[in-house]
Amino acid sequence: MSHHDITFSKEELERYSRHLIIPEFNIEGQKKLKASGVLVIGSGGLGSPLLLYLAAAGVGRIGIVDFDTVDESNLQRQVLFGVQDVGESKAIAASKRLKALNPYITIEVHDTMLTVDNAREIIRKYDVVADGTDNFPTRYLVNDACVLENKVNVYASIFRFEGQASVFNERLQDGSRGPNYRDLFPSPPPPGLVPSCAEGGVIGVLPGILGSIQALEVIKVISGVGDTLSGRLFLFDATVFSTRILKVRKNKNNPLNGENPTQTELINYEQFCGIGATSEKQREVAEMSVQKLDQWRKEGVKHLLIDVREPYEYGIVEIGGELIPLATVLESTNRIPKDIPVVVQCRSGARSATAIRELEDVHGYTNLINLTGGILGWQEAIQPELPRY
Amino acid sequence: MATLIIPTPLRKFTDGKSVFEASASDVRGLLNALSTSHEGIQKHLFDDAGELRSFIRVYVGDEDINELEGADTKIEDRDEVSIIPAIAGGSK
Repeated sequence: MSHHDITFSKEELERYSRHLIIPEFNIEGQKKLKASGVLVIGSGGLGSPLLLYLAAAGVGRIGIVDFDTVDESNLQRQVLFGVQDVGESKAIAASKRLKALNPYITIEVHDTMLTVDNAREIIRKYDVVADGTDNFPTRYLVNDACVLENKVNVYASIFRFEGQASVFNERLQDGSRGPNYRDLFPSPPPPGLVPSCAEGGVIGVLPGILGSIQALEVIKVISGVGDTLSGRLFLFDATVFSTRILKVRKNKNNPLNGENPTQTELINYEQFCGIGATSEKQREVAEMSVQKLDQWRKEGVKHLLIDVREPYEYGIVEIGGELIPLATVLESTNRIPKDIPVVVQCRSGARSATAIRELEDVHGYTNLINLTGGILGWQEAIQPELPRY
Repeated sequence: MATLIIPTPLRKFTDGKSVFEASASDVRGLLNALSTSHEGIQKHLFDDAGELRSFIRVYVGDEDINELEGADTKIEDRDEVSIIPAIAGGSK
């Protein structure tokens, strides 16, 4: 629908009055918002402020893509959700909250994972996409689908205290499209080099700031007011409070829309990001279940439990293991015996497997056993009263 | 001395420091000075062939060095050089 055909009820005019009295925005801008459809991918840390502000501002149709459920550990930053939503579908809980916030807009729930098979079909139905996902395969999937479907991709990403934002693939005045994510980062880092929020942590307010910037840029893209971040990358480092804006140029080697495009459809993004490939290469280590460890402890079977997490994680919860962080295991062989079984444990079982491989390779250990599922597995099956993180 | 801004994911190699300063005539010299004084960071910046990795960008001021002379881009005292990593967090 053209925004010229849009009308507002008395209640809507009152609701949006603070927009209507901005000379550059006025009722024309508000009509454009109401006529538009925005797809928000991920309703977590970035998606929470994004969805709240877009709904409050009066974007006429908002799609939410999320397959996840609300977890207790989300509430530190995902301000869309409350205690009553824990365990519920994020997309459905978000939809309820947004409908209560603004009854004059339409919310469309896509309670599913965005995949190569559904991405283009879902994205096609909207005018603008806002990417609030949390992993490289989905980042590239969203980017590529937006380029192939000629949609603007409003981007933000966070890590600990640091955030990035930009506007990708915006239609420029000459009809061409602005730079996209692949112009900035042609390929992703190998798995494990950059930890996810679940491993690396994120300060709760940061996604609020970056997600709000995304919402602002979405509104600017739709209304045409001001200059968006197209062709520019905004950087924010909260630890020292520095902001920078860098230029993003088109790359002639971009496989999607460079000088010699080689990619005309979506690809396997897990493979592109090297996921699966490295884990296959990694040698398997001896494993034991949390139930077995519990049994050993009850029966007094001689063993040593070492915990290779970081001291600040140990401070949250521990199960009596000796703390030897992963980075220090190779220098701590005086504390790791070779003559009794040594059970190695971390949060979920990945770092402890790495520790075992390193100790076997460098120091020839043969008595190390990985605790499957780590302290999370132990908490779930043996001591549910312990906190999860 | 030129200033190099270290992004969060690489600060584990710089004792948490966000800024590195060294005298160097070009970008390569500055990154090499960083690699020499901070063990382990080299492989995150350069591949086996000595090329800058494709998931980081290096800027002098607000301009990508690929638009300038790449790693041979000359730098002067008081230039601000930034390493920009790909990060993906946002939802979980």
